[in-house]
Amino acid sequence: MIEQLTVLAWTMAKIIAIVMPLTIAVAYYTYAERKVIGFMQARVGPNRVGPKGLFQPFADVFKLLLKEIIIPTNSNKFLFILAPMLTLIPAFTAWAVVPFSDWLVLADIDAGLLFILAMTSLGVYGVIVGGWASNSKYAFLGAMRSAAQIISYEIAMGFALVGVIILSGSLNLSEIVNAQSGNVFNWFWLPLFPLFVIYFISGVAETNRAPFDVAEGESEIVAGFHVDYSGAAFSLFFLAEYANMILISALAALLFMGGWMSPVAGIPVVGEPGPHWFLLKTFGFMFLFLWFRATFPRYRYDQIMRLGWKVFIPITIVWILVAGLMRVNGMYGAS
Amino acid sequence: MKALRQYLESLLLLELFKGMAVTMRHMRQPKFTLSYPEEAAPKSPRYRGLHALRRYPNGEERCIACKLCEAVCPALAITIDSTQREDGTRRTTRYEIDMFKCIYCGFCEESCPVDSIVETDFTEYHFETHEESIVGKEKLLAIGDRFEDQIAAARAKDAPYR
Repeated sequence: MIEQLTVLAWTMAKIIAIVMPLTIAVAYYTYAERKVIGFMQARVGPNRVGPKGLFQPFADVFKLLLKEIIIPTNSNKFLFILAPMLTLIPAFTAWAVVPFSDWLVLADIDAGLLFILAMTSLGVYGVIVGGWASNSKYAFLGAMRSAAQIISYEIAMGFALVGVIILSGSLNLSEIVNAQSGNVFNWFWLPLFPLFVIYFISGVAETNRAPFDVAEGESEIVAGFHVDYSGAAFSLFFLAEYANMILISALAALLFMGGWMSPVAGIPVVGEPGPHWFLLKTFGFMFLFLWFRATFPRYRYDQIMRLGWKVFIPITIVWILVAGLMRVNGMYGAS
Repeated sequence: MKALRQYLESLLLLELFKGMAVTMRHMRQPKFTLSYPEEAAPKSPRYRGLHALRRYPNGEERCIACKLCEAVCPALAITIDSTQREDGTRRTTRYEIDMFKCIYCGFCEESCPVDSIVETDFTEYHFETHEESIVGKEKLLAIGDRFEDQIAAARAKDAPYR
């Protein structure tokens, strides 16, 4: 009994050790987003709250938490409240299997990649339920749009991951990273370059970020599925979106950029693998999200669908074949 | 052939990379933002802000109630009543500017033969009611006393061009 309690307490401590930094990272990601986009638009971004505006995220969070949650009269109240949780919980749960280094992982399960795919797919339900429960045509249209978009890109993304699975021969994220051990040229981005690019673009589309943010589409349907949400419920959607962005970045780092491996493996000190390399790569991809948003205009809806179905999926299928050939010829993942 | 080239160009995302280079260049550029309450943009000596009535250095008010400003005001914002003072000079008993009507054209300042009604470079004021917006003689003279240094400096700077 004592032993079980210790294990439980230890696991809880580990979960908190992941969730707390993640929440703070989300808060500062919003700050970084406003700063980076501001700088790219020749502005300075938030700079009033605290030195250089560093307390801005806390001001935003407290503002949102103190605001009233308005529940529309004709909405389905139970689902209306449930939807934000349904979005946020999978976004955080997926982090359970993300390895930060070869020993720093909460749950080193064998089907880790499958678990992550399942969790990110579950997030769609929050979007659909939230849009439907609001009982508003704008919210419903936004929900339909973003659900269709997420599902379409999920296919391209899944196919892109198949290449990784073929070369590494495992669904376990730690083993996938170990299969890429070595310097920058041993990582999977090189043999799987088209899949890598498609994975990341699909990831941007999957998180409904610019330039694929038609679900939000200010000029057409205001804010999409969360148009009727306010206060803390809205902040949960927000939190989930950013947690998902960080997750996509972390996965890109793990699956294609060698996770915690050093790009210059073999050289002493800087060649040592470690969680810092993983975090550095993740930050790089997180910056790309912001860079995209500051650069590209929004895609039209039919263009998004065309890109997903008629460009990405054919390319991924072809490259899966190439990856298979590489594997059979023993160029990668000799087993 | 052309179609093939276009296809390859779009596949290699060349134009997207060009766009990203542009935003990256802008990110590293110095910013032009002024942090307004702490920093302020420079103002010309001819700046037309809040109105003021000036006095001579001996404390005598300049205005002689000629009513040229009232006549020239295109927005009919100025109202003047006048009378003869004991020493025989003509003075105003009422000098009101309706700040809601005023369009800050500066004609009153130009028409004034004694440089009495002027516009300062002060802009940080507001009115909430219509009664408040009608600024009377006492207030205008007080504004003139408060900003006399700035008014005199601006007039001196602009003098060579008048």
